[in-house]
Amino acid sequence: MAEIRLMRDDLLPPKAPPRRHLISIAGLTRDDVERLLATARSFERALEREVKKLPTLRGRLVLNLFFESSTRTSSSFELAAKRLSADTMSFKASGSSVEKGESLKDTAITLGAYDPDVIVIRHAHIGAPALVAGWTSAHVVNAGDGKHQHPTQALLDLYTLSAEFGKIDGLHVAIVGDVLHSRVARSNIQALALMGARVTLVGPPALIPRGIEALGCETTTEIGAIEAADVVYVLRMQRERMLEGANYVPSLREYTARWGVTPDRLRPGQKVMHPGPMNRGVEIDPLVADAADALIETQVRAGLVTRMAVLYDLLTHGPVAVQAAAMHEVA
Amino acid sequence: MLVRGDAPAENLLVTGARVLDPAAGVDARIDVRIDDGVIAQLGTSLDRNGHRVVDGTGLVLAPAFVDPHVHLRVPGREDEETIASGTAAAAAGGYCAIVAMPNTDPVVDSAAVLGALVEDARREAAIPVGFLAAITKGQAGAELTEMAELADAGALGFSDDGRPVVASGLMRRALQYGAVTGRKLALHCEEPTLTRGAHMHEGAVSAELGFGGYPSVGESVMVERDLALAAYEERPLHLLHLSARESVAALRAARERGVDATAEVTPHHLCLTDEAVRSLDSNVKMNPPLRSREERAALIDALRDGTIGAVATDHAPHARHEKEVPFEEAPFGVTGLETAFAALYTHLVEPGVLPLETILERMSAGAARTFGLDEPRIAVGSRANLVLLDLDATWRVREDGFRSRSTNSWLLGDTLRGKVRATIADGTTVFSELRA
Repeated sequence: MAEIRLMRDDLLPPKAPPRRHLISIAGLTRDDVERLLATARSFERALEREVKKLPTLRGRLVLNLFFESSTRTSSSFELAAKRLSADTMSFKASGSSVEKGESLKDTAITLGAYDPDVIVIRHAHIGAPALVAGWTSAHVVNAGDGKHQHPTQALLDLYTLSAEFGKIDGLHVAIVGDVLHSRVARSNIQALALMGARVTLVGPPALIPRGIEALGCETTTEIGAIEAADVVYVLRMQRERMLEGANYVPSLREYTARWGVTPDRLRPGQKVMHPGPMNRGVEIDPLVADAADALIETQVRAGLVTRMAVLYDLLTHGPVAVQAAAMHEVA
Repeated sequence: MLVRGDAPAENLLVTGARVLDPAAGVDARIDVRIDDGVIAQLGTSLDRNGHRVVDGTGLVLAPAFVDPHVHLRVPGREDEETIASGTAAAAAGGYCAIVAMPNTDPVVDSAAVLGALVEDARREAAIPVGFLAAITKGQAGAELTEMAELADAGALGFSDDGRPVVASGLMRRALQYGAVTGRKLALHCEEPTLTRGAHMHEGAVSAELGFGGYPSVGESVMVERDLALAAYEERPLHLLHLSARESVAALRAARERGVDATAEVTPHHLCLTDEAVRSLDSNVKMNPPLRSREERAALIDALRDGTIGAVATDHAPHARHEKEVPFEEAPFGVTGLETAFAALYTHLVEPGVLPLETILERMSAGAARTFGLDEPRIAVGSRANLVLLDLDATWRVREDGFRSRSTNSWLLGDTLRGKVRATIADGTTVFSELRA
């Protein structure tokens, strides 16, 4: 490339280091993930105590900004903040000025005026969390932006896998279904690849995005491929994100017949995960969802401690050693 | 027909510059004398003869640029651009003529709307500007505009730019009617059922980011259809803002078969790839989208060998608040008039990808040929359409540095090499940052 000459602006003193955010798994290193998982484990032990509240984030404000509906993610972020003694404020787009046409920028600036320490945001559009990070002085946690990323889901899934198998490196995970519309899949492919797992995507041709192999995964349309995996990760058919008349599959009935995860397509003891909410009888057979080998409820529990770890890590930049001291203080 | 505001033709003597006109075969350090707006003499140590002297020492004097694809946003979006601001931006970018697209509000689909624009341009255009009219009424793709009357009223050509003419039968009728109007169609090639919900090029980057993909065949199948229809009807056409490798291949093959097809490519498609979208910056969102490395290479090759004869900016101003939103909500389009030369010089000429001469030819004579405009020439007897370029200048693209009313540039914050120092359009100095 061409040599770039120094301009006057380049000679200004360096700015303060940027605030840390959790926007995408792509922004994390393997060390970051290990640290977050270790922190989450220590919180899990703390939550076994009778009094489940830690004083760690007392006086901090965590703002939950949800422009899309959510059960698991919004409730677990709120509880995670409360367990760490942070103040929480929840904002839902419905019933707010967003319905009067207020822009994301104005909403962010308005709520940013309360000086939240962390903004947890879910939005229907890719990149909204990064924009909010630029418009406010808070640490921003992406709780799902359109079809892009859902990094805390991937972290809680890693946490679940690590608790179940004792390791992630070398595991083989088959992700089945609507990858095209899935931020969970995108974050998980990156996270699993980062941690050394092997990922196979299985689904109808139109729902496996062209070029996704570049993230370090294999793809197939053959449902039989799930049998070789240690874990089958089932994705929801995201009908609300599908363009009408796009014919991704001829019908849901045909989808279920071809790609539904049913007991006869699984090996005994094969573990099954699902990020929820499930369409029972569509992508996952109810018998599979309720079987002992399903880790679905474990995932939800992992969500709480993982999100506690994320809030803690962003606000204290705390390595595990410091974390241990904090735990002691609480005890 | 090009129109501009009143401006006196000047008497000038440009001295000491490296005079470079690849098409005229000129590359020499000579003086250029301009009498009453016309190039009167080329030579060394020319007599000043009472003319104003422009010191071109250390600069390159080249034929000024022509942009066949600009959105001036009038009528309807005067907050984003006007004839005055858009032509001032063009002057600062080294342009001596631009062609404005008709996708305005209302659409330029009647002689009345076109007549009002021409009148405004006579008052406020800083440089000559030509107007295209719509192919279909309201650009709705259903009924042809009154093309003969529009041609008489000054339409340089016809385009539904911003959207394709979807119905093949209607496309054919528009081509046929060209025999009556004598004007060319300029086509935005896009097969809308392949590009529904699309925000960027379909490939590894869209797969990773989750954006709806705009496959390159979404453009090229329409390019192939239109070339086939043009061949069948034996009518000329111009392909707007090509982005796909397959489009280039189809164009090259059609031209070899004798189809009278021209094409243009934008600086952003020549300089960037879809990797730029990782920034999620809405200023890299355009239609057609930035594509892969291989496609960018194919576009550069096509510009080099002349298959694509013109650089066009597709200057598309957008209001700040409309671009300060998540990528998917943002409109397509970026500005380009004030940065085109520097972008191409920095990204293609300096690294040795394309010679300066090629860039100059495609931005000037090649672009002028698109709609049959006079090719700017540095030759005795030619109207003075000249640009003075400082190839050593390094500058930073800043929001407060634009003459355009909009700042949605893909180059904001970038440092570029090569700067337009002065522009002479149709015999008048329309831009200068040289000391008097």
